[in-house]
Amino acid sequence: MGLQRKDLLTIAALTADEIQLILTTAESLKEVGGRDIKKVPALRGKTVVNLFFEPSTRTRTSFELAAKRLSADVINFSPSTSSIVKGETLIDTARNIESMQADIIVLRHPSPGAAENLARSVRSSVINAGDGWHEHPTQALLDMFTIKEKKGRVEGLTVVIVGDIAHSRVARSNILALTKLGAEVRVVAPPTMLPDSIEHFGVTVFYRLDDALIGADVIIMLRLQRERLSRALLPSIREYAKLFCLTPERLNLAKPEAIVMHPGPLNRGVEISPSVADSVAAVILDQVTNGVSVRMALMYLLSGSGERSTLNE
Amino acid sequence: MVKETSQKPASSSNTILIQGGIVIDPGRVNGRADVLIQHGKIVEVGFPLKTPIRQDSSVIILEANGWIVAPGLVDLHCHLREPGFEYKETIATGAASAVAGGFTSICCMPNTQPVNDNESITKFMLAKGEEAGKARVFPIGAITRKSEGEELADIGELVDAGCVAISDDGRPVMNSLVMRRALEYAKAFGIPVVDHCEDLHLTDGGCMNEGIVSTELGMPGIPDASEEVMVARNLALADLTGVHVHLAHLSTARSVELVRHAKGQGLPVSAEVCPHHFSITEEAVRCYNSNAKMNPPLRTDEDVQALKQGLVDGTIDVIATDHAPHALQEKQLEFDTAPFGIVGFETALPLTLRLVDDGVLSLEQAIDKLTRAPAQLFHLPVGSLQPGKSADVVVFDPKEEWVVDPTQFHSKSQNTPFGGWTVKGKVKMTLVGGRVVYDAR
Repeated sequence: MGLQRKDLLTIAALTADEIQLILTTAESLKEVGGRDIKKVPALRGKTVVNLFFEPSTRTRTSFELAAKRLSADVINFSPSTSSIVKGETLIDTARNIESMQADIIVLRHPSPGAAENLARSVRSSVINAGDGWHEHPTQALLDMFTIKEKKGRVEGLTVVIVGDIAHSRVARSNILALTKLGAEVRVVAPPTMLPDSIEHFGVTVFYRLDDALIGADVIIMLRLQRERLSRALLPSIREYAKLFCLTPERLNLAKPEAIVMHPGPLNRGVEISPSVADSVAAVILDQVTNGVSVRMALMYLLSGSGERSTLNE
Repeated sequence: MVKETSQKPASSSNTILIQGGIVIDPGRVNGRADVLIQHGKIVEVGFPLKTPIRQDSSVIILEANGWIVAPGLVDLHCHLREPGFEYKETIATGAASAVAGGFTSICCMPNTQPVNDNESITKFMLAKGEEAGKARVFPIGAITRKSEGEELADIGELVDAGCVAISDDGRPVMNSLVMRRALEYAKAFGIPVVDHCEDLHLTDGGCMNEGIVSTELGMPGIPDASEEVMVARNLALADLTGVHVHLAHLSTARSVELVRHAKGQGLPVSAEVCPHHFSITEEAVRCYNSNAKMNPPLRTDEDVQALKQGLVDGTIDVIATDHAPHALQEKQLEFDTAPFGIVGFETALPLTLRLVDDGVLSLEQAIDKLTRAPAQLFHLPVGSLQPGKSADVVVFDPKEEWVVDPTQFHSKSQNTPFGGWTVKGKVKMTLVGGRVVYDAR
């Protein structure tokens, strides 16, 4: 079975089987990263363009590394915000890139829906590397991969997502992926950081971290964006840290074998205490490693390598 | 108070007979009748006509073929973009779009560049409207200088120059004291004060209805409360000052409820609804269609039902288009950065007729909300086929189906979510001052 898609835009559009296919493929590709010569020829002659309208180091690097390990040619294109101000639309920029025969465009953009719009206008495959507050599907996929790797399964686990759910594409994609794979999802945040109707996503809402952690198998901490303070969403970083920082004492409320995840970069002492971040429970660096494998798997599946997948949707 | 724009009949004949139609002149005529027009004015509506008509070629006979003959439609809320944004629309293209949609009188908002906050701009708009010779243009002046919400505009001067109401439109007056003073000051001129009800702090950069869909799409939301707190404020100020407040484009169920309650108490308030708000919901935003982005945003089905009920029981007085043209390149931006607004003149009538088909309103009620009622609210000398009135008439086939093709719009812009819709009700002819300004027979 191949991935019968031209693009990877959202977790919302994926079936549980498709997610599993990506994870299984990633598993077989993970071994490449352990070799002396970390390269396979799967995407030789293909061109991957990283089109990033927002500053990003780790996600962009992860995609770049993934593409290079598959032997693709990689171009990083980071349009200055000034080209947006000049009136060039995303589609114009992307068509320019497409005209250079890009096979895969990896897009990060501040507007929700940008990847979907782009995918409609170009023939290249589009991978959404984050669109506004909407989705960050590859982050969710690498998180599922890591959970599966550490816990053997996703189904039936109790997963707690902590922090600014409302303004987090990581949270949205993870909630969708976890519920599709059968996990029990809890979200915990101050009510100002929970979006309208979040319970319709099949999650249980908590306001106090201690309550949410009891019996947890997996804890996903979100990064606190400090600029949220100015929008009256929080009284202070100090109060947030008091109420929501994952400390060793709080971690004890979870199951003994619970793992702690974080999409990075960490705010040590704000959402996560250094001793937890550096503990054996933390699998944060495994997430980074797995990110490369998962992105390799996706590009491999989308490029139609191996079993050729049909491109019509 | 309002000066009629003098529309000179272009034809050599001074007598026009619209015959063979069904006349609906709300509150006055509803049935088979002919309309006799002389020197640009309505002379008689009836069947058979009592006025003797010369049987010679000097009488122009317009066959109405059983179609509906109604007063020309009146729009209390549109954006003609001139001066300042002529690439989106001009007064001429807007007025041409209006008559193609059956509108013969249109009230244009002051959010031009510069803002219509002085008589020079008002007179410019009137002159451009006259020059275009299509729909009558009635400017709405600004409440505050540059619509900045701080100092009052020269409201007396605006009214004397021809403004029929005042509003700061999409930059609503946030300071309630300024709003109170504006209402009190407007009392001297007998004009309504129009408010786009929105608490900009609550909106906080939102770009669609706040709810489950905005959560799914990761889009910043605009809560219902953003509109409702300002509706409530304006109702309180209408009570305090006794001045007529007209609430633009209501979009939520609670807004309707608040206005219903206020009307029950006899407050001097009126309200409008736009066709898009009673025709589609936030679901239209799902594929990030920037032509489904407007302010107030498309809401939920529950709101749609409440708006319809508001029309039925009279809580909502009129249907207005909020015709808001934007250029293609602006709507090609991503949803969150694209401007708010859609064009409305050329789809308003068929969308309103859907309410008739669905049994929400009678045809006469629907036409009333587009003619007599709006004219009365803004004291415009139009909206009726009463003898002596200017012969502003629309003739439409209520049964003809057609597919909305934005590239065929007379407007300079094509930003509509209704492209590709099959709708019913086609304008056949529009007359202004006894002159045929649109003819699609």
